[in-house]
Amino acid sequence: MASTATKSPPRATFTAAAWIFSVATCIKLLLIPAYRSTDFEVHRHWLALTSSLPIRQWYLDTSSIWTLDYPPLFAHFSYLLSLPASLFDPAITSLSSDGIHTPGTVLYLRLTAALSDISLFIATYRLLTTSRRSLFTLVLILWSPSLFIVDHVHFQYNGFLVGIFMLSLGFLEEGKDLAGGFVFAVLLCSKHLFLVAAPFYFVYLLRHYCKGGFFRGFGRLVIMGMAVGAVLAASFGPFLYYGQIKQVFSRLFPFGRGLCHAYWAPNIWVFYILLDKGLAFAFTKLGFNVETPAASFTGGLVGDSSPFSVLPQVTPIVTFILVLLSMSPCLIKVFKNPQPRHVVRWVAYTCTCGFMFGWHVHEKASLHFTVPLAAVAMNSLDDAKHFFLLSIVSCYSLFPLLYEPQEYPIRLLLLLTYAFLMWVGFSSHFAPAKKNGLVGWISGLYLVGIASVELYGQFFHPYLFENKLPFLPLILVSFICAIGMVYSWLWQLIYIMRHT
Amino acid sequence: MAKRKNKSKPSPSPPPTSLSDFPWPLSSSPPLATVATICLFSLLVRVIVSLGPYSGQGTPPKFGDYEAQRHWMEITLHLSPSDWYRNSSDNDLLYWGLDYPPLSAYQSRVHGLILNASLPESVALRTSRGFESHASKLAMRWTVLLSDLAVFFPAALYFLWAYSRSNSGEMRSLMWLLSMILLNPCLVLIDHGHFQYNCISLGLTLGAVAAIFSNNDIVGSILFTLAINHKQMSLYYAPAFFGHLLGKCFKRNYSILHVMKLGFVVMATFALVWWPYIHSLEPFLEVVSRLAPFERGIYEDYVANFWCGTSVFIKWKRLFTVEPLKLISLSFTVLAFLPSLVQQVKYPSNLGFLYALMNSSFSFYLFSFQVHEKSILLPLLPASLLALEEPQLYSWFIHYALLSMYPLICRDKLILQYIASLGLFLLVFYSPDRAGMKRSQLYYKNLIWLVPLLGSVVLHVVYLLMKPPEKYPYLFEALMMLLSFSQFVFFTFYSNVKQWKLSWSNSGKKDV
Repeated sequence: MASTATKSPPRATFTAAAWIFSVATCIKLLLIPAYRSTDFEVHRHWLALTSSLPIRQWYLDTSSIWTLDYPPLFAHFSYLLSLPASLFDPAITSLSSDGIHTPGTVLYLRLTAALSDISLFIATYRLLTTSRRSLFTLVLILWSPSLFIVDHVHFQYNGFLVGIFMLSLGFLEEGKDLAGGFVFAVLLCSKHLFLVAAPFYFVYLLRHYCKGGFFRGFGRLVIMGMAVGAVLAASFGPFLYYGQIKQVFSRLFPFGRGLCHAYWAPNIWVFYILLDKGLAFAFTKLGFNVETPAASFTGGLVGDSSPFSVLPQVTPIVTFILVLLSMSPCLIKVFKNPQPRHVVRWVAYTCTCGFMFGWHVHEKASLHFTVPLAAVAMNSLDDAKHFFLLSIVSCYSLFPLLYEPQEYPIRLLLLLTYAFLMWVGFSSHFAPAKKNGLVGWISGLYLVGIASVELYGQFFHPYLFENKLPFLPLILVSFICAIGMVYSWLWQLIYIMRHT
Repeated sequence: MAKRKNKSKPSPSPPPTSLSDFPWPLSSSPPLATVATICLFSLLVRVIVSLGPYSGQGTPPKFGDYEAQRHWMEITLHLSPSDWYRNSSDNDLLYWGLDYPPLSAYQSRVHGLILNASLPESVALRTSRGFESHASKLAMRWTVLLSDLAVFFPAALYFLWAYSRSNSGEMRSLMWLLSMILLNPCLVLIDHGHFQYNCISLGLTLGAVAAIFSNNDIVGSILFTLAINHKQMSLYYAPAFFGHLLGKCFKRNYSILHVMKLGFVVMATFALVWWPYIHSLEPFLEVVSRLAPFERGIYEDYVANFWCGTSVFIKWKRLFTVEPLKLISLSFTVLAFLPSLVQQVKYPSNLGFLYALMNSSFSFYLFSFQVHEKSILLPLLPASLLALEEPQLYSWFIHYALLSMYPLICRDKLILQYIASLGLFLLVFYSPDRAGMKRSQLYYKNLIWLVPLLGSVVLHVVYLLMKPPEKYPYLFEALMMLLSFSQFVFFTFYSNVKQWKLSWSNSGKKDV
């Protein structure tokens, strides 16, 4: 596949790639009337905010509860989007605290989400043409059900941001480190959640770009520093000038948010909380006096109060250290021998670490490593097997985002279509997959587990408890997905230790 | 989405320099998983099309087809079958009275039971008239989706299986054919956007075709009889079924016996479906009179058929009363399908049968009494089955079938869904593999094709953006209708000629 794709004339490859993108665009168009989360109003408000207020007001404005909490470059992106907005509906750019959901507004914002995915298209198309990758890689990325769910139903611009991320990775793979570092700086100034990848970038660029003796290396360090510094200055400079930098950072890193989001992202903390609950329950039964915290996780409310009753409290510093510790084996590998061909794996692994141990992680952050890993999914049968499972887990963990009955068949069909598509693609690409199967018996059992959790949450739970314990199905989803995520994290770690 | 790719990619002998294998080589892609992918994707498309508005949403007092279907559920749920077609205090026949045959009514009753279990107020007798809510829209959409899944999808798979046994096609082309049948934008838009249950009657017809392809003539007759009993419009296909089955019987020994057997099966199925109405003449006639609404005139709105198309020059409605018009339209229709019927009686063949289905349904669409623009779905079904034989014809037909329904789509506010599903169809049709490239090359070379295509594109845009001149408020509708009509006439000629050519070139050879 890879060989034929590269052998075929570039025009044909481009046609095929554009075809894949167009099919996805048609699906996105059809999703326009679907459910929108409050993130829709958030982004709409940012359009209004950036177009009607001067820069110095951007991070001060409180005319709506949806204050700007993305870095400045994203605000500039919002400003860009606001320019043609009045063609669709002048109301789009009006500052108002009530949500605006006129048909024109919905159409326009949905279209911008669909069109901004072009960055993902460009980045993946580059990945395809600069290295010997198969067209199916493009299918895996551009038809990712998680992106459809988060961007085109729930509403965000992850496709656009992940596209910039992939672009940077593509540059690193080609050995264009300066461009890679520059693009990554742009990304960081657009969405700071990508900060988890920064340790990798730092070590990699230091060792791969700034090499060749002290002076040469130092010189390159200066060049890179200037490139990155220029981006930082361009985005944060104005706020530094207005003396608002503290205000900006307090918006970007809001304190007082809990360890976990209302819906627990499927990471290591799920086990920690459950263990705490279990121990508290056992101790109470044994007659110990256990203080139950005021803000209970199962109530869905998470404040800054201490939520654990038995186990030690977790602070942001602890999570920070854990993230760095879990990354360190990979960072050491990078330090010893930085190779461009492993960049995607390494980055994906660092993002996975941030996801597994981070503070207040959103379930959507799993996109940051699932999408890049698609780029290496066709490398070997093992990769394909891992990606098959990971992408299902990642997408399934997003299901609670679309909780309305109207979107139920959509999320299910998106995932199932993609799963079967992967099956077809992988098993025709890797002939042995037919013999050994794409799914082993353990992962098969695990997938059955996911199906049972879904069946339980949809049918048996309402039947058994009616409206009581509404968080139990969500906890089950987090729990089963967390198992898959831990597996993926370990698998990536072992792979990196063995093969890179 | 993927499906068409795999189907078209896996060419058995990939030419080294083309992209014909994008993205999967044929030999090793698992057929069942590929079929499952195509079906799942087609379902997904249906579900997301159904996010859009339905016909008559929020437009009292008459609403639209959605309200009609909901009303039938209400009637069939609460009244006894003998009252379904009879005017009474509970059943005002002037307000969306039931005008489909009993099987449709039974289906309404089953769906009514489902709705009654979850949302009883949406189908309550009398009080639910014009009932609209988000939840009831969802529930109603689910009934269509489930009907589609229960009838049309299995029928399409059955057809694919039967087709692959009589024609030794490559897997990729078969997969492409399946997506062509399932992703027919007109069917998806009308059933899951506008709101109807064409998937049931068309699915039953498709199942009948598949059964006849695999020589299960009895099953085929039963299924087709059921299709007629779900929507009387399925009679458009009757000449083709009749001719083909008769021709097949004549080829056997004891042909009279076979004819009688099939006749008995058809009669028995009819009797079963009509059981509540055949005990005396009066209720039977009540139902029949509901099914044939001659009082509504020879055509309604702007349907792209002969009567409406020529009415620009000849005012049929003014020249004739209903009675002679009935006779004229009947004789025109019979004349139009006769050649195709005769061909099938003389040389019945599977391929010829598909052409005959298209020809006979076209003859009804063009010439029969009281045709709706949605009836274009009937000739479209055999055209989709012929997609491998006549790819150009199918995509061409889809364009003009969509154009002929465009005013309806605009009224329903389904333009977004229209654009996206047409886009998906075209993308699947011209998938970037070798076969797709060939299709696209053939298509755009000819100027004769391009001029009407350009006209249709212009009309689409103009209809959306411009107001018609005050003197001719329906000017654009009329132009669209005339353009579609001219193409439909051409298709009819073409496919009649093709059907006869089959018997001239290799009469009997293709018989199964």
